[in-house]
Amino acid sequence: MTLQIPGRLRETVARDGETIVYVERARLLEAMTWLKETPGQEYDYLVDVTAVEFRDRERPLEVVYFVRSLSCRADLRVKVELDAAGDLTVDSVWGLWHGADWLEREVFDMFGITFRGHPDLRRILMWETYAEGFPLRKDFPLRGRFSRAEQVRQALNANPEAHYSLDELSIADAWGDLPDDMRERLKRGERGVVPE
Amino acid sequence: MKRVIESKEVAGQSPNYLLAKFQDLVDWAVNSSRANSLWPMPFGTACCAIEFMATAASRYDFARFGMERQAFSPRQADVLICAGRLPFKLAPVIRRIFDQMPQPKWVISMGACASTGGIFDNYAMVQGIDTIVPVDVYVPGCPPRPEGLLYGVLLLHKKIKGESLFDAERRRDEQPLDERGLRLSPAEIDEVSEPFGNSVHQFRSS
Repeated sequence: MTLQIPGRLRETVARDGETIVYVERARLLEAMTWLKETPGQEYDYLVDVTAVEFRDRERPLEVVYFVRSLSCRADLRVKVELDAAGDLTVDSVWGLWHGADWLEREVFDMFGITFRGHPDLRRILMWETYAEGFPLRKDFPLRGRFSRAEQVRQALNANPEAHYSLDELSIADAWGDLPDDMRERLKRGERGVVPE
Repeated sequence: MKRVIESKEVAGQSPNYLLAKFQDLVDWAVNSSRANSLWPMPFGTACCAIEFMATAASRYDFARFGMERQAFSPRQADVLICAGRLPFKLAPVIRRIFDQMPQPKWVISMGACASTGGIFDNYAMVQGIDTIVPVDVYVPGCPPRPEGLLYGVLLLHKKIKGESLFDAERRRDEQPLDERGLRLSPAEIDEVSEPFGNSVHQFRSS
């Protein structure tokens, strides 16, 4: 089955009843589209997107996609390998599964992997102005990079209400349909720039 | 009352019994009212909140100690009970809640995480909420049993009954954040956030 996936496969591992497919980074989107849309495959459910960095520095960073085919009752793990010292960019699968939105944001937040084509790639667990780096990377010190005093200072100076962008609230799309008074309130608000 | 009279005598003046007794009477009345009708504002973020709920429920029932009404609005609360760990992301939130509470107000830090950061000596966690808000009673435990929290509440009663309307040293006035937006100085925050116990040996870095 997996041999038909377009794109050069580095390796296919079948272990404990699970299948892991390593896909080349440049062909990820192609392979995922094939997996989702080919009759007989129909991996229509994206369970999770995550990433792994190993303690062994020789091993590359992996972005892992868990997909499931509800109709075929099959699970598949797709992995993309990235050089930790190189360019940490992969294509976003948001166009295929909208559920990837927050999952990819979480991977970006924790590992600093950029998803090309993601509609709204911001931090999701840490606050948006967090400046210490990406906490789940192996070169990230457990207690953070700043002193505790600086961390407290930055935290206390954060605005707890400024976490939602206009895009996230989907108001930008509905802008034309909003009543005038709500538009006025949004223009005065701090939750993002209102499109003109 | 005896204490106040004695202090007047030490000052070498004739003891002003009426004033001394009046102040003590007012303090007694005010403090008893406050101590015996605390309205807690629960700020439950983790497993301590489960024990807090057990304390509020019928078996332990902190309504017996006057905490009949839990105020889920900070505007009508006396005691902020931080039950659970506090991430940095919640630090401005708890500070705002604390600022919204009317004076007089007290804070109970419930559990190891709220008091010191506990096992979470990492990048995301506040190492003791006393770096954010002033704390009156620390209840140790992971999580504390309801008896522990009740004991903390009774200690708070004791503290409240020792306060005075007429002596600024014996009460806590509003403490706004300084111009840096901090409650303690950076050196103090670094000092209280020092790793201790097992977390001294805990590391993950290159």
